Amino acid sequence: MEPILALTVAIFFSVSIYLMLSKHIIRILLGVSIFGNAVNLTIFTSGRVVREIPPIIPLDLSVPDGITANPLPQALILTAIVISFSFFAFLLVLAFRTYQELGTDDTDGMRVAEPKGEELPPLGY
Amino acid sequence: MAVPGTEAVDLSGAMVLAATPSADWLVVAPVAIPIVFGAVLLMFRHETRIQASVAIIGLIATLACNLLLLLRIMDQGPVVMTMGRWLPPFGISFTADVLGASLALVASLVALVCAFYSTADIGTIGRRYGFYPFLMLMMAGVGGSFLTGDLFNLYVWFEVFLISSFGLLILGSEHRQLDGATKYAILNLIGTTFFLTATALLYGAFGTLNMADIARKADSVREVAPLTTLAMFFLLAFGMKAAAFPVNFWLPASYHTPRIVTAALFGGVLTKVGVYALLRVLVMLLPPERALLSGVIGWVAAATMILGVMGALAQTDIRRALGFVVISSVGIMLAGLALGNGEGLAGTIFYAFHSMIVMAALYLLAGIMNGLGGSYSLRTLSGLYANHPLIAAFALILILASAGLPPASGLWPKVMLVRASLDAGQGWLALAVLATGFFTTLALGRVFILAVWRQRDEAVTAERYSPLLGYVTLGILAVPVLFMGLYPQPVINIAEQAAGGILDASTYIGTVFPEGAQP
Repeated sequence: MEPILALTVAIFFSVSIYLMLSKHIIRILLGVSIFGNAVNLTIFTSGRVVREIPPIIPLDLSVPDGITANPLPQALILTAIVISFSFFAFLLVLAFRTYQELGTDDTDGMRVAEPKGEELPPLGY
Repeated sequence: MAVPGTEAVDLSGAMVLAATPSADWLVVAPVAIPIVFGAVLLMFRHETRIQASVAIIGLIATLACNLLLLLRIMDQGPVVMTMGRWLPPFGISFTADVLGASLALVASLVALVCAFYSTADIGTIGRRYGFYPFLMLMMAGVGGSFLTGDLFNLYVWFEVFLISSFGLLILGSEHRQLDGATKYAILNLIGTTFFLTATALLYGAFGTLNMADIARKADSVREVAPLTTLAMFFLLAFGMKAAAFPVNFWLPASYHTPRIVTAALFGGVLTKVGVYALLRVLVMLLPPERALLSGVIGWVAAATMILGVMGALAQTDIRRALGFVVISSVGIMLAGLALGNGEGLAGTIFYAFHSMIVMAALYLLAGIMNGLGGSYSLRTLSGLYANHPLIAAFALILILASAGLPPASGLWPKVMLVRASLDAGQGWLALAVLATGFFTTLALGRVFILAVWRQRDEAVTAERYSPLLGYVTLGILAVPVLFMGLYPQPVINIAEQAAGGILDASTYIGTVFPEGAQP
């Protein structure tokens, strides 16, 4: 199971990095979204995949009896999903506002904060 | 869930049964207080008149708790508190040592002074858009980052202060703010996602996320897991947060766009959280890997400080020049990380204290200069000395501090870093630190010559602006700057204790896992 998941993670990472290399904000955002999912799958895989053995400790024991499924990655992923989803929502609104205000989503054209051809500071009085 | 038989289960093997000593609640206070105040302020978002005073009360309480916490740690060693009473590593531990608590203390001081300044800088609209709730929540995230003892929890706190910083950055929704915020938000989100990737891989290798647990297991895991790759991943992720070359271009794109008090907060506090995380992970958790990467870190440090200050030399806008000065100060802090010896790390930590205060003060100074002279541009700003000699005095102190000249605070950490580099046989790193000091003197000295000394040609009708509050805030910040410059020994002691605490993690581990408690 792990090799298949590892391959999926690799595909996700390559797709997201390809998208993030784009000049257009909307593609970068799609890349960021896939990037987040790639990381979530990485957490899932690195917690080791065990099927159909629930992590329940028998009453008379204090540790699980043998290998069980690992519940922690799901808690971590849930946190990460919530965070990345809220960030993605914020970034979508921000990108749309920026597009409305600046009239472009091309990062080469977004030079309002750092205008081209600014004057250098004076060399003397 | 009253299942018959459950009453008999003995929980002492899994949970902390003793009640937490009331003094240990101090560990969570620097996080809990800003969250509570932030939530309250969010509810009273439209009561713009009381917002500032409530936030200031909250920040004073945070500062007091941080101070008490640091005193307690200096006295009795690290303090730990584990959430939900599950024994570590199962519960999330808040572990405060000297490094984290001292940085949290300085950060809360900077935040408090910025809150004072913001009463004049942030108008009704900014308050209505939630400046003060964002400020409190950002400080909660920063405090949590400094005090947590769990790697995944560190990621969560990073995101908490990151999303609050977005809110502060776009306050006002001007064109340039939207432009800067887009770049800042996307690149920082990618940076923290890299951090999460590294955390996931580390969890796969160690099976734990508790920092003390990672530190004690590292030697046995090193045989089977590619820890150097992990260390490189963390270096990239935290380097991005700290604005280290070559992943620093989000900083000069955005730090000059928000309100000046927001820029002061960001320039003072945020990049240092990245440096702190680098120290924590590379020095305490993965020391042999840091030694292996020290050459890379050294080159990154030198490139960051030199290219940063070169950028500052080329700027006409004071705020943009200061953004580049922030970058070069990060480079100087990374020099100590590259050396990795006790004195170098102490120099880095001391420089972090100094840089937090001085960078925030420099941004506030730029704000006051703009208020008095009506511009941020070195082409038009002039004549401040003739009309406002007090601002000239503050400017001189802060420029000397930033350049590392006596009698201000930048001198001693640079002396420590230069001596540590020479001791380690890395003369070129010492040369880079000294050259950076020289170029910083040029870049900021020019600000002084043009803005303060240059005669003003025509009487500019500046709008009515009262610099009194600005003077008070700069006066508060000038006290630690001069104190650290004239009487550095207490601060050096704290920095050395902090460096010792991460170089030898046994006390830290022993606090989280007393008498080798084996879960």
